Amino acid sequence: MPTEDIAQFTIRSVQVLSEDETVDEELVPSLTDEELLELYEQMKRSRRLDERAIALQRRGELGTYAPAIGQEAAQIGSAFAMAEDDWIVPSFREQPALLVRETSPHKVLQYAMGMEEGAEIPGGEGALPPAIPVGTQPLHAVGVGWGEALQGRSNVALTYFGDGATSEGDVYEALNFAGVYDAQTVFVCQNNRYAISTRLEKQTDAETLAQKAVAAGIEGIRVDGNDVLAVYRVARDAIEKARDGDPVMIEALTYRRSMHTTSDDPSVYREPEEETEWEARDPIVRFQVYLEDRGILDEETKAAIDDRVETEIAEAIDRAQEDREELDPADMFRHVYAEMPPELERQFEAFGGDGDE
Amino acid sequence: MSERLRMIEAVRETLRGELERDDDVVVYGEDVGRAGGVFRATEGLLDDYPDRVFDAPVAEAGIVGVGVGLAATGMRPVPEIQFQSFLYQGFHQLAQHVARIRSRTRGTISCPMTVRTPYGGGIHALELHSESFEAGFAHVPGLQVVFPSSPAETKGLLTSAIRSPDPVVFMEPTRLYRSFREEVPDDHEIPLGEARVVDPGDDVTVIAWGSMLRETLEAVEDVDASVEVIDPRTLYPLDAETIVDSAKKTGRCVVVHEAPRTGGMAGEITARINEEAFLYLEAPVERVTGYDVPVPLFAREDAYLPDADRIEAGIRNALEFG
Ligand SMILES: Cc1ncc(C[n+]2csc(CCOP(=O)(O)OP(=O)(O)O)c2C)c(N)n1
Repeated sequence: MPTEDIAQFTIRSVQVLSEDETVDEELVPSLTDEELLELYEQMKRSRRLDERAIALQRRGELGTYAPAIGQEAAQIGSAFAMAEDDWIVPSFREQPALLVRETSPHKVLQYAMGMEEGAEIPGGEGALPPAIPVGTQPLHAVGVGWGEALQGRSNVALTYFGDGATSEGDVYEALNFAGVYDAQTVFVCQNNRYAISTRLEKQTDAETLAQKAVAAGIEGIRVDGNDVLAVYRVARDAIEKARDGDPVMIEALTYRRSMHTTSDDPSVYREPEEETEWEARDPIVRFQVYLEDRGILDEETKAAIDDRVETEIAEAIDRAQEDREELDPADMFRHVYAEMPPELERQFEAFGGDGDE
Repeated sequence: MSERLRMIEAVRETLRGELERDDDVVVYGEDVGRAGGVFRATEGLLDDYPDRVFDAPVAEAGIVGVGVGLAATGMRPVPEIQFQSFLYQGFHQLAQHVARIRSRTRGTISCPMTVRTPYGGGIHALELHSESFEAGFAHVPGLQVVFPSSPAETKGLLTSAIRSPDPVVFMEPTRLYRSFREEVPDDHEIPLGEARVVDPGDDVTVIAWGSMLRETLEAVEDVDASVEVIDPRTLYPLDAETIVDSAKKTGRCVVVHEAPRTGGMAGEITARINEEAFLYLEAPVERVTGYDVPVPLFAREDAYLPDADRIEAGIRNALEFG
């Protein structure tokens, strides 16, 4: 039997706003000026929330916090492409995307202050809470996307995870399941180059992460993750495909400009030159220049947005601090079972909780 | 020779010593190489042993599973799992292969692997960074489960664990990593499976390990009775003899752990005391444990973790019974 090549693949990469700020007009998604400004404002809100959170952590007011500075476009562009009834299935660095999905900075801060209340993010259906273990939640997204399909609905689940997560078996299982069940699922891998200190080259020998989808028989595509217009465009197309039962994995190429978490010191493993290089590719700056060039954003609008964001976050901080003052420790017993089993009830009463609750 | 070290330094110096002593030892895990581990336990080891210290992909099943293969080729894997909860991702490898490769191959292939992992609460960490699943590991036949409670104990126990012919889950209490220094002898081995009588006493026995031993010693200071404190050090194999002898002497026992109560190791220890010292008991064995709830986020964590007050109350209950 002769040898022959029986499978080939290519991975497409998409960029709308190039690094020197030239724009591929063909690819610009059709968004109104208001929508464009909203994208911008959400990015600013997220950035400012992260900055304030880091400062609060340094003052001992917050626990470990995972900022998404530098990844705003990857998350906000994709979250913005979702419909209201679509599901978000986040990992632990998804403040930007969650904010788009109506979560308030208040909830984000509650969670970061160690209160379970914050995990209600964003409340009710349409989202799952942050997943602290790496790479476990894409399977839940597949379950959601499959469940929606089984019930004859067209809602999709969009899940986020990092480059490190692609090494976990669960992530491969999720991609594979999605293909087999035609689950209405979009996978957004934010390749921010690092898993804590571990660089991508130590994580995988694969040239792209998007190609990991190929092995599972689903489409993989790469996008410039610091280009919010490109992310929006690619995500919107992926979501539409997923609605028809064709799951897609998007690899958004980006860079974590901050520390991994507030417990981390990137100077141990990252070169300052690399950081400077990526500072110049910051997603907010790039988009701001674009909006200014198009005459959508002027100084006055910018100042108004900054003021609004500042006030909102300051209020959220006050509220979260008040919540902490009023904390009831017995709450830890309350939501473990639908009905408290007798043994737990005994422990609850010994703790000093009220048996009737 | 000895040095005053913190627990985290005792881990590092033990790893360094074993890498030096035995060419078969390999140290690997997420971020253990260039960054020296998230707690810095492996700091500097990569520089000294570039061929035997490795960063690993974020894949715990992989980290535990490749250990089986490494061991089969004659190496001695010492992987780090970044936080105990993420050993759940490797649990099937532990239970299905690591623990039973010796019995499955009738002794031909073994797995002398030491899985190091920080465990437990008290450091205000994120969700799933504070668990103590010790009973789960002790429940898997073929594993040894070891708990250091001080820097010197770390050195002695980790040395024995790495040299052990069988697999060990080595649970390092995160909150003790940097909490105090202690004289740590240079060449120090503490046999696995031997409890330590930390404080002798006659009225009541308190059994505690890892970080709970520290809380217990604090609680005991306020108790007006002669308390015998025992650190089992290994939960499997358990040195039941030392515990039972003490129970026979005092007739009253308290077991302390921060893991949830139901199915916790206190149940097993209580059973051993009942089986072997029943007629000597003057009170039921008292348990001071975490509750049957997920470890809460840190704003409520203090309410979950047993502290000196709760341990003291448990000791009083045991003393006042009857
Ligand atoms: C199963 C599991 N293993 C290890 C960890 C510890 N940990 C937290 S984040 C992280 C790196 C994740 O990297 P990546 O997936 O690239 O996401 P990023 O943090 O860069 O957004 C690790 C190893 C964890 N939370 N869960």
